[in-house]
Amino acid sequence: MAMEMRLPVARKPLSESLGRETKKHLVVPGDTITTDTGFMRGHGTYMGEEKLIASVAGSVERVNKLVCVKALKTRYNGEVGDIVVGRITERRRSAEDELAMRGFLQEGDLISAEVQAVFSDGAVSLHTRSLKYGKLGQGVLVQVSPSLVKRQKTHFHDLPCGASVILGNNGFVWIYPTPEHKEEDAGGFIANLEPVSLADREVISRLRNCIVSLATQRMMLYDTSILYCYEASLPHQIKDILKPEIMEEIVMETRQRLLEQEG
Amino acid sequence: MAFVALSEAEKVYIVHGVQEDLRVDGRGCEDYRCVEVETDVVSNTSGSARVKLGHTDILVGVKAEMGTPKLEKPNEGYLEFFVDCSANATPEFEGRGGDDLGTEIANTLYRIFNNKSSVDLKSLCISPREHCWILYVDVLLLECGGNLFDAISIAVKAALFNTRIPRVRVLEDEEGLKDIELSDDPYDCIQLSVENVPCIVTLCKIGYRHVVDATLQEEACSLASLLVSVTSKGVVTCMRKVGKGSLDPESVFEMMETSKRVGKLLHTSLQSVLHKEESLGPKRQKVGFLG
Repeated sequence: MAMEMRLPVARKPLSESLGRETKKHLVVPGDTITTDTGFMRGHGTYMGEEKLIASVAGSVERVNKLVCVKALKTRYNGEVGDIVVGRITERRRSAEDELAMRGFLQEGDLISAEVQAVFSDGAVSLHTRSLKYGKLGQGVLVQVSPSLVKRQKTHFHDLPCGASVILGNNGFVWIYPTPEHKEEDAGGFIANLEPVSLADREVISRLRNCIVSLATQRMMLYDTSILYCYEASLPHQIKDILKPEIMEEIVMETRQRLLEQEG
Repeated sequence: MAFVALSEAEKVYIVHGVQEDLRVDGRGCEDYRCVEVETDVVSNTSGSARVKLGHTDILVGVKAEMGTPKLEKPNEGYLEFFVDCSANATPEFEGRGGDDLGTEIANTLYRIFNNKSSVDLKSLCISPREHCWILYVDVLLLECGGNLFDAISIAVKAALFNTRIPRVRVLEDEEGLKDIELSDDPYDCIQLSVENVPCIVTLCKIGYRHVVDATLQEEACSLASLLVSVTSKGVVTCMRKVGKGSLDPESVFEMMETSKRVGKLLHTSLQSVLHKEESLGPKRQKVGFLG
């Protein structure tokens, strides 16, 4: 039985704790980026009165002659080929839909899918035309900002610590116990409702808390960062990871390890 | 309450986890999430408090105003509760959507304070049958992340602890007319004693066990919950069952025992935090809303 109450502590600005020398050029909508007309406009900018103005809040990125603003926190914008994890909220109520789909998918179910096409209003159409996609069974869902999920070759990871994770580009991260044998014939639409072992549960809970810590500290999420964070959290109890001071310590250690690995 | 949609498999996962005393975020069945409490956040109230419990964010303001006592209790002041579920908390509360939940919470607060010992109402009386202090307690729900009742009761207790009621004197002149005099010193106030103010402990029944401080996902897996209001000495002032499921009388007894244990710990933690904050004095660094 544990109960902890504390007084709130003001959050330190991230740049202080990172110790960065080069500060990012941050803008808000309406800020002038540059008055130099030689640049090409990228995402998040528009031309007005001979100057380049930002249309989103974020940091300015410059690649040669292209200037764009990368938003810090944004709604998910679909791209063809993205992997997403989604929840069914509504469905078509037609006769053929009832016959075909009701047995497999219900409202509230989670699925993993790939983006097939993007419409002009931003809506996306998804497909599950591969055996690795489909209905998701037992596990834990963590919702983070889509801008924190790094674009990689594969978003399905079987982590060595004993669980698997799907990093959806839309910010939905699904953590689940690694299936013992690959069920090639089922195709993932029949859920396994047997109890998950306690050891697997501990790994999943720890991963979930690590991902929440990384997201709170605005770190990019990919398999290496999650794994380093998991390893850094091992000395602590699972429920202590979410305490502010322990969260900072673990994420700091992860950050250092990632920098060492790059450099 | 705000509802989250969950798939069957997710619910099964949560229920099995609770049976093994390992919840999704690693807590045991009787562990609370980390709570942050801060008082005196709203400057134009007599007392205020803000409580953050995981994703649940509550702001309470107490205003002391003078009025006439109720007819059946001429020697006492009283408390009035009002709960506003802000549309910021969840889109369901837009417009009049949050009114039902707000009245439910306000009625629960009236019930738990409806006894002689929670707050010393006689100290709120200025002159019998004529003047008394009425404490208007306004609760604002900023964010809804599960376990609303517990967070609100903690915030109400913290705000009442922080309330400063100006000291007044009743003067009678020769013609028998009464005049109320406010002291010149703005810091000359009376403080309420919140020793017996109860806190609510919500116990959600999930499977065969019950959990304390449920998140929104866990609340979606539970069919019945018990709200128990406990004082710092472990005395139960009121109990209420919510949800469409049924509870076995034996499990009700077990849940009551758990709530008394957990309630006492809740009160000691809250008292220590409030005293610690008070000892930092008026010059402490206030975090407020932009921290």
